[in-house]
Amino acid sequence: METLKAQKKDSKSQKSIRISGAEAIIHCLLAEGVDLIYGYPGGAIMPVYDELYKFQDKLTHILTRHEQGATHAAQGYARVTGRVGVAMATSGPGATNLVTGIADAQIDSTPMVCITGQVTRSLLGSDAFQETDIVGISTPVTKWNYQITRVEEIPEIMAKAFYIARSGRPGPVLVDITKNAQFDELDFVYEKCTAVRSYKPAPKPEPSSLEKAAELINSAKKPFIVFGQGVILGEAEAELKALVEKTGIPAAWTILGLSAMDTDHPLNVGMVGMHGNYGPNMLTNECDLLIAIGMRFDDRVTGDLNTYAKQAKIIHFEIDPAEVNKNVKVDVAVLGNSKETLSQILPLVNKNEHKEWKAEFDKMYQIEYDTLINNDIHPTKEGLTMGEVIEQINMASGHEAVIVSDVGQHQMIACRYAKFKQSKSNITSGGLGTMGFGLPAAIGAKMGAMDREVVAIIGDGGYQMTIQELGVIFQHNVPVKIVVLNNDHLGMVRQWQELFFDKRYASTVMTNPDFVKIAEGYHIKSRRVSERGDLQEAVKEMMASKDPYFLEVKVEKEDNVFPMIPSGASVSDIRLK
Amino acid sequence: MGKQWYTISVYSENHVGLLNRISGIFLKRHINIESLNVSKSEIEGVSKFTIVVFTTEDWTRKIVGQIEKQIEVIKAYYHTDDETIYQESALFKIASHLLFDERQIQNIIKESNAQIVTVNREFFALAKTGRRHEIDEMHDALLPYGIMQFVRSGRIAVTKAAMPISEILQEFQEN
Repeated sequence: METLKAQKKDSKSQKSIRISGAEAIIHCLLAEGVDLIYGYPGGAIMPVYDELYKFQDKLTHILTRHEQGATHAAQGYARVTGRVGVAMATSGPGATNLVTGIADAQIDSTPMVCITGQVTRSLLGSDAFQETDIVGISTPVTKWNYQITRVEEIPEIMAKAFYIARSGRPGPVLVDITKNAQFDELDFVYEKCTAVRSYKPAPKPEPSSLEKAAELINSAKKPFIVFGQGVILGEAEAELKALVEKTGIPAAWTILGLSAMDTDHPLNVGMVGMHGNYGPNMLTNECDLLIAIGMRFDDRVTGDLNTYAKQAKIIHFEIDPAEVNKNVKVDVAVLGNSKETLSQILPLVNKNEHKEWKAEFDKMYQIEYDTLINNDIHPTKEGLTMGEVIEQINMASGHEAVIVSDVGQHQMIACRYAKFKQSKSNITSGGLGTMGFGLPAAIGAKMGAMDREVVAIIGDGGYQMTIQELGVIFQHNVPVKIVVLNNDHLGMVRQWQELFFDKRYASTVMTNPDFVKIAEGYHIKSRRVSERGDLQEAVKEMMASKDPYFLEVKVEKEDNVFPMIPSGASVSDIRLK
Repeated sequence: MGKQWYTISVYSENHVGLLNRISGIFLKRHINIESLNVSKSEIEGVSKFTIVVFTTEDWTRKIVGQIEKQIEVIKAYYHTDDETIYQESALFKIASHLLFDERQIQNIIKESNAQIVTVNREFFALAKTGRRHEIDEMHDALLPYGIMQFVRSGRIAVTKAAMPISEILQEFQEN
């Protein structure tokens, strides 16, 4: 493959090799720099697996225990590395099992290529064994998809798939390959895709919009930055920091923007959104300029749109033109890749400080700390809190760990209290809210960043949705640290039932198995903690382990996550209790 | 914001899955496609979707943004009726004896500027091109005499303002 790569500069002189479609797929993956894929074999993808067997010294395939796990692992890998994650499955149920992960990657803009086998071309449309229209099914949740039915299409389509998945606003691409195209032979030449005629990955920043934005920034008295994953995807962390420091503007992150800035940066004022911090939510409705950077005004961020930042001018730095004016009408849109737009605006903004304005955030943080945070992370009541577990992990990791969370109360607590020093360190299912994401995503994250500590924080509900992936951790000795915060409930739904459904707890109590025994069944070191006195030492032991480690913490069963903006309420109606 | 008719013009690559992708954008937002026509365009190898919706400008703009985001879409525009020249076509199949038994039918054909496409012993076929209301009027006039089959096409439209697709393609190539 090295030779193929070397040759690609001069495609005309490139010599082709006569190989099968299945082998060609492997060469395409290698040419795209893929060395790790997650998947599950089956009838319609067997020729490719046969080639994987031959290429196992160059390309590692991890057999997840369910195809959904393959997608989440690929996502975890992609989110931590910034590279394209790859998942593979057979036709029919193999392919449909990918759909949740694909939808998750689409809404959270994660670069992923999924390869599915398909029945042979002559059987298409005949309701053949394990035939399903995965291109049709995945269309609404993919950035692009394609069915290859002729072997000659393989190199061009695979190159296009990787280019589309990673460029511009990244997203998932699915390539469905009929079995005949895997068996047939072609004269293989690979050329990386660098452009697609009808596709513009990122608009060029308009100088006039940059000037208008700078003017608003320079004249604002109470400016406020809210940044999202666009900063991480654009690798614009340094540019964001420079902008924040030069202008002195307080900056809050969305859930997917977490870790794009040091948690302890003096101008980092925390998280916006339903369970975000008090100050940034309240002051959204007091700022005179809201500067949104690489975020998409999700309803969990804005609450009621009719009362969202109505007093403020709004600037939106955004790569995807379809996001502008989608949920919130903005005064200035600065289109383009965040790295470009932020570096271009930097010379146009004045050096400034907003001490009094920043003090308002500090004041609100103090209120939140006194009424809530202190009790969450340094509780004095009997039951263990989720917050104190996260705090112990912070202390043991020195804020250096990659935190992977699942979905629910533990996720909100992890995102509120986990501290970060490095970007690409918070991996969670923000947009789709996919329970079961955490465990497989942590596997992918760890395999993408073997030099880093990866801690998965998972609830007892979501854990049991993909618990079978413990098999991968065991088989490949993937040294992830798994923390299950067990409250024997579907805690977030229980919280809503308590607050909004008159305490009718429909189907939210879980009678759980012995999680420690299950982990032991997979030969994973494990421990259960139910007393505060054991917590610190247990977390330390877990973090010190060179091997995978499972820690179950029995937490208070009926705790709620606050602050909370009730669904559909205004950000300034945020409740502290 | 009030609802009105919008004609969405989509220039795209000729790709087998694109119709599904575009219709899904309307489906997801529960917006009905009032008419849809797919044809070649003025540029070789470029397809054109002409989609008519009855909704607000805000929704139309958002839908056009989502359509334009699709990989194979080169450019999408939306226009009001005033900004376009548009037509629909219809075919009527009518029993031949009516031509002789019902003299009024000949008047309807003349007044509506319809064309007789074919005549045989059993039936004749009429083709009518025009605005929706003209076709509807003709339909209503013929209905009492009996229509064996009726079909109306989607709207086709050209816009008064330019849609500079060649320039956009040029730009794609330069980038």
